[in-house]
Amino acid sequence: MPVENKNYEGDPMNLHEYQSKGLFRNYAIPVPDGVAIVDAADVANVAESLGGDRWVVKAQVHSGGRGKAGGVVLTDSLQQAYNETQRMLGSVLTTHQTGPGGLPVHQVLIEKPTAIATELYLSVLVDRATRRVAFMASKAGGMNIEEVAATTPEKIITISVNPVVGLQAYQCRQVAFAYGLEGGQIRELQAIMLALYKLFVEKDASLIEVNPLVVDEEGHLLALDAKINLDDNALYRHADLLQMRDLSQEDAREAAAAEHQLNYISLNGTIGCMVNGAGLAMATMDLVKLHGAEPANFLDVGGGATAERVAEAFKLILSDDNVKAVLVNIFGGIVRCDLIAEGIIAAVKEVGISVPVVVRLEGTNAQQGLEMLNNSGLNLETAEDLTAAAQKVVALAAG
Amino acid sequence: MSILVNKHTKVICQGFTGKQGAFHSEQALAYGTNMVGGVTPGKGGQTHLDLPVFNTVHDAVSQTSAEATMIYVPAAFAADAILEAADAGIKVIVCITEGIPVLDMLKVKAALDGSDSILIGPNCPGVITPGECKIGIMPGNIHRQGRVGIISRSGTLTYEAVFQTTNEGLGQSSCIGIGGDPIHGMSFIDCLELFEQDAQTEGIVLVGEIGGTAEELAADYIQQHVSKPVVAYIAGVTAPPGKRMGHAGAIISGGGGTADGKYAALEAAGVATVRSPAEIGRRMAELLK
Repeated sequence: MPVENKNYEGDPMNLHEYQSKGLFRNYAIPVPDGVAIVDAADVANVAESLGGDRWVVKAQVHSGGRGKAGGVVLTDSLQQAYNETQRMLGSVLTTHQTGPGGLPVHQVLIEKPTAIATELYLSVLVDRATRRVAFMASKAGGMNIEEVAATTPEKIITISVNPVVGLQAYQCRQVAFAYGLEGGQIRELQAIMLALYKLFVEKDASLIEVNPLVVDEEGHLLALDAKINLDDNALYRHADLLQMRDLSQEDAREAAAAEHQLNYISLNGTIGCMVNGAGLAMATMDLVKLHGAEPANFLDVGGGATAERVAEAFKLILSDDNVKAVLVNIFGGIVRCDLIAEGIIAAVKEVGISVPVVVRLEGTNAQQGLEMLNNSGLNLETAEDLTAAAQKVVALAAG
Repeated sequence: MSILVNKHTKVICQGFTGKQGAFHSEQALAYGTNMVGGVTPGKGGQTHLDLPVFNTVHDAVSQTSAEATMIYVPAAFAADAILEAADAGIKVIVCITEGIPVLDMLKVKAALDGSDSILIGPNCPGVITPGECKIGIMPGNIHRQGRVGIISRSGTLTYEAVFQTTNEGLGQSSCIGIGGDPIHGMSFIDCLELFEQDAQTEGIVLVGEIGGTAEELAADYIQQHVSKPVVAYIAGVTAPPGKRMGHAGAIISGGGGTADGKYAALEAAGVATVRSPAEIGRRMAELLK
């Protein structure tokens, strides 16, 4: 299933609509004529080159729901197109997907309007259940597909692609007839689907969503919107795509974490969490909740938790003003707990910590590590087991 | 008895002379794993950790009769390494490497369809039969030979379950980390099937997490085919939708894959669930009393 469109560290890298449509053009997938600009002074030139007397002005941010938030406007004059572009550029667009902070608009896409007869939905993704690339199609274009999936799942058809033979013509026809297409439209859809599959595989996409795919009043198909998410793990073989990354669309704290090989996601609670391993980090958050408080973050310091990384992790956690106490939960496997304790002590000395910190160390050399923490003279509480640690940190945050 | 590997299993390492491969091979040897050699292309004929190095997995298999491999090669070369191992007839392929592109794994899975090889991982801690054979990055010392089979999608959370069952005096028959990636080898169901058949295994711990439908499918399978007591914990009750929690597989999307949904499915199948990760061992001890 497609996921909501906010960008996180470790998440698939997202492309802007104008970048996605650029890739569509390279693969001969029809899109409306349009040009992305960064300066309102270019509106007149772009409008003239596109022709006509109406233009769509679209704010470029990594989020859906732009229309309702005023980020997509159909303009009836050059002056209006200029005014809207001027208004959007440099502004912050807040949609139901961006969170209250919104996302900055640095590019605006100016497009020729399309006379729409029918709106359809089409996406390509990796279906983990079948371990195949799958197409999802629905006649309910323009809608939030997750809503369609929840309320009327029978309106969605799924096509699974065998990687050995690739997407077949009959599969495209299945979608075409489900859409109610006829005549030349069937071949147009086939060409679009084959091109989407090729693009998906060649660029290591994790999601391509065309919502809506439209039939225009002349009966031709084109991609009115385009969203591409990429597989971060495959970016090493796509230098061209890596250059398209727009860090302004990503959470600053999460991006800083990524630089230090920390996996950090900010949440809304009061208990800062520092854990090694993603599963244990989630479990620690759950434990905090189970004992009556909310976690302030997800933070996985990874397997090789060095003193430097532990220090960076503390800095990140404490940069969130909501944090009232910190829970450190480390299961030392290959990593020795005495080394972790050394890192924690160095980090606390370096960063200076104003809130209570509870440390639970388990595994290799745990006893030694705990003794070091207890003898450090620092404001660190140690805990024998998981439950005790969670109870302690929740009590300290409340008190 | 145990599942997948035991003290007789002949093990090689791919990426043998690399930093990770060398370190974890040393650990495996110290644990008593029956390692018979390793593979590093271009270093065939050398000796490393007193074991022979081979250029190809085929060479290693023909000269040592290796049956299992642990893969520590970088992500860009991991798909190739898995396919090489399968082609050479390796029975148990354990891929520790994380960060493999999804479409690479999709092709690997398709290629392994119909082969006799079993893939564990990628992006996993590996498999261990306590006291006999350790293939992976888990700390050997927290394990004890015993009665509980452990299956988990996560690394350190697996250690938590292991540690608790050890402290309860139950010990483990075998432990398998199946990995946190969306497309991986052995599933919960594959492991459940083996543990159900294994005489040494008296109870099974299943550690799941948000995302996907693997736990729901496992619940169905347990209801129909598993007679042994199962304790399950699902991580990620507090994880918000749309956010990926470290593992590429751990994401709630489209209203599916939530911890609550998974708990409900498991409970409906008669599984003993625990809401606290600290209760896994105690609950299993109660059931095996």
